[in-house]
Amino acid sequence: MNIFGAKSFAHGIHPPESKDDTSGQPIRQFPFAPVLEVPLSQHVGQPAVPVVREGQEVERGQCLARPDGFLSVAMHAPASGVVKRIGLIPGISGKMVRGFFIEPFPASTQEVLEGTACDADTASPEEIVTAIQNAGVVGLGGAGFPTHAKLRIPPDKHVDTVVINGAECEPYLTTDHRVMLEHAEDVIAGIRYLLRAAGAEQAIIAIEANKPDAADKIRAAITDNARISVEVLPVKYPQGAERILIKTLLGREIPSGSLTLDVNALCFNVTSTAEIGRLLPHGAGLQERVMTVGGPAVKNKGNYRVPIGTPLRFVLETAGLEDDVACVFLGGPMMGQAVSSLDIPVTKGTTGVIAFTGREAKYLSAQKEYPCIRCGYCVEACPIFLNPSQLGLLAGQNQYEKMADEFYLMDCFECGCCTWVCPSHIPLVQQFRVAKAAVRKVRKTV
Amino acid sequence: MALASLLIVANRLLHVQEDPRIDRVTQMLPGTNCGGCGYPGCRPFAEALVTGEVLPGGCTVSSPAEQSQIAGYLDVDVGRQEKRVARLACAGGSNVSRNHAHYQGLGTCAAATLVAGGGKGCFWGCLGLGDCQVVCTFDAIEMNNHRLPVVNESLCTACGDCVTACPKNLFSLELQSQQLWVACRSQDAGDEILEDCLVACTACGRCALDAPALIEMQGNLPVIDFSKGPATRTAIERCPTGAIVWLDPEAGAMKGSSARKIVRQGDRPDAPT
Repeated sequence: MNIFGAKSFAHGIHPPESKDDTSGQPIRQFPFAPVLEVPLSQHVGQPAVPVVREGQEVERGQCLARPDGFLSVAMHAPASGVVKRIGLIPGISGKMVRGFFIEPFPASTQEVLEGTACDADTASPEEIVTAIQNAGVVGLGGAGFPTHAKLRIPPDKHVDTVVINGAECEPYLTTDHRVMLEHAEDVIAGIRYLLRAAGAEQAIIAIEANKPDAADKIRAAITDNARISVEVLPVKYPQGAERILIKTLLGREIPSGSLTLDVNALCFNVTSTAEIGRLLPHGAGLQERVMTVGGPAVKNKGNYRVPIGTPLRFVLETAGLEDDVACVFLGGPMMGQAVSSLDIPVTKGTTGVIAFTGREAKYLSAQKEYPCIRCGYCVEACPIFLNPSQLGLLAGQNQYEKMADEFYLMDCFECGCCTWVCPSHIPLVQQFRVAKAAVRKVRKTV
Repeated sequence: MALASLLIVANRLLHVQEDPRIDRVTQMLPGTNCGGCGYPGCRPFAEALVTGEVLPGGCTVSSPAEQSQIAGYLDVDVGRQEKRVARLACAGGSNVSRNHAHYQGLGTCAAATLVAGGGKGCFWGCLGLGDCQVVCTFDAIEMNNHRLPVVNESLCTACGDCVTACPKNLFSLELQSQQLWVACRSQDAGDEILEDCLVACTACGRCALDAPALIEMQGNLPVIDFSKGPATRTAIERCPTGAIVWLDPEAGAMKGSSARKIVRQGDRPDAPT
């Protein structure tokens, strides 16, 4: 806690927010692309199992694939149309994944097929968990972890607080901001489901101070003041990381290798929460998501409700692109990923797409790297108190095992603060990502 | 002083009698610790040799003369094994394949793979940043003008370092005598892949039809089962792209007569955005 009384965390950085272009624009519905590509695996865990055939006509909102086991979610048709084929779709991970190619009917409407409703007041926790799984809700903040899997709480664990993450500290993205402004009632309804399913006593909605209008809207929508509260946090990156948020709000530090469950808390993205509150009362499935389309190279910047499976090329062409577009990111510029192909479809985890022109890309591309001067800026920036300088030196020597065993490499969640502050332009977080992948590969085979 | 005498006593009492032949055999081995034999290094291999677990031919690095020397010393059979080499299942050099994006990050394949699979149009293809060349202890891999690794089979010892280093899993260890080879890992069927690479396998299945006993199509790629009999060149003749090749010891990789001729030497231009 700092002297101004507001809760915050130590370290972190202040990158330019660049949110003004899109934060004032209401969410608009996006048209259907000529072909929608819905991958079977848009989440962490087992890919879903198709329940429709090639050539079959499907209705918007109809279940296309059922979950395969517990760590898996259902997929729903983003538009009424025909399943042209089931084939390979390029994914952001750089691998081809199996999925549906759906050709919407020319007259496909926005009407959505509904299923069995799940009531927040009468349903049992198990029913809510199953309903969330069948609705296909995953972490919409980008992680893609199935939401219902967090709610399966082992008998020896107890959750007292549910944290709703509306911090949205990532530059350019305003998805969560618009959702909180326009769908505050859905957020509150979603919280009621989550509280009941988790058996928790209270819910805290964390919002950064640069979104006062969203905080006001949410406060006004709260019906149950005893259990639900709003906490406004100072603007700082990476405020919205699960572990940091829980430490900031509850003062509980999650030990290395533990889960949020071990400190009796759960954290959910605010857009995921809003989707739960919107879908469950109708028994509907997640077939579109709100995402920010922004960046200097986009003409009609804004937040759009985009059907899942819309190819990036269609998203950017419909929103309009400047001529000299040079670089496209999925997610924000800090934790997002550059794409190698515009044929990648929008998935459940796509928080936004940001396009830069050649002028800005010049600053994004790798600058000349100088040796580490031991200034310690990265150590002071790392929000989880790792030693990026030492890790970087070890990465240069390919000592990945030592990085993991002695310097807690695997706790790094790749926020990129170290790279941001490094005056020698050392690509630290990039090296850590390579090192983490190498360690994971070795640990998997051993 | 007391501690020193204690050490002397301990040394005498706790001395482990080791087979002196292990040291001798270790010296005869190349000492590269490459692991190609399946043991962690040369000394564990020497221990296994002395106990008779393996035969000297198991070492993939030493020459036949050196192997016979060890065999003579230990009075065992040489047990020569057929030479295996690393082979790359991609022929998509920069003159035939296209990029969809310019990758500007860290200059290793491992890093490029993490950024949406690298900039290459083909999701399965070689990224050409040379992680295999760096990792090769024996300098058997060199990058050619088209940014594709070339294995020098006489230097390759089948240690398998390149197999683990390649993030796209394009290397595998094959018997040098097997001359039929599918130089593609694209799991896409149809001609669309040719937009991105002129020498990709389109899964047309002609090779499987021409050599039905030998080749089977699995996951849109021909899989060769050498146990089904000797391979012949008939399998490569009708391949339209030259994805399946005949590796001639003198002439190198030979394509069938129907394969599209590649004349371009420079880089192929990038795909339009």
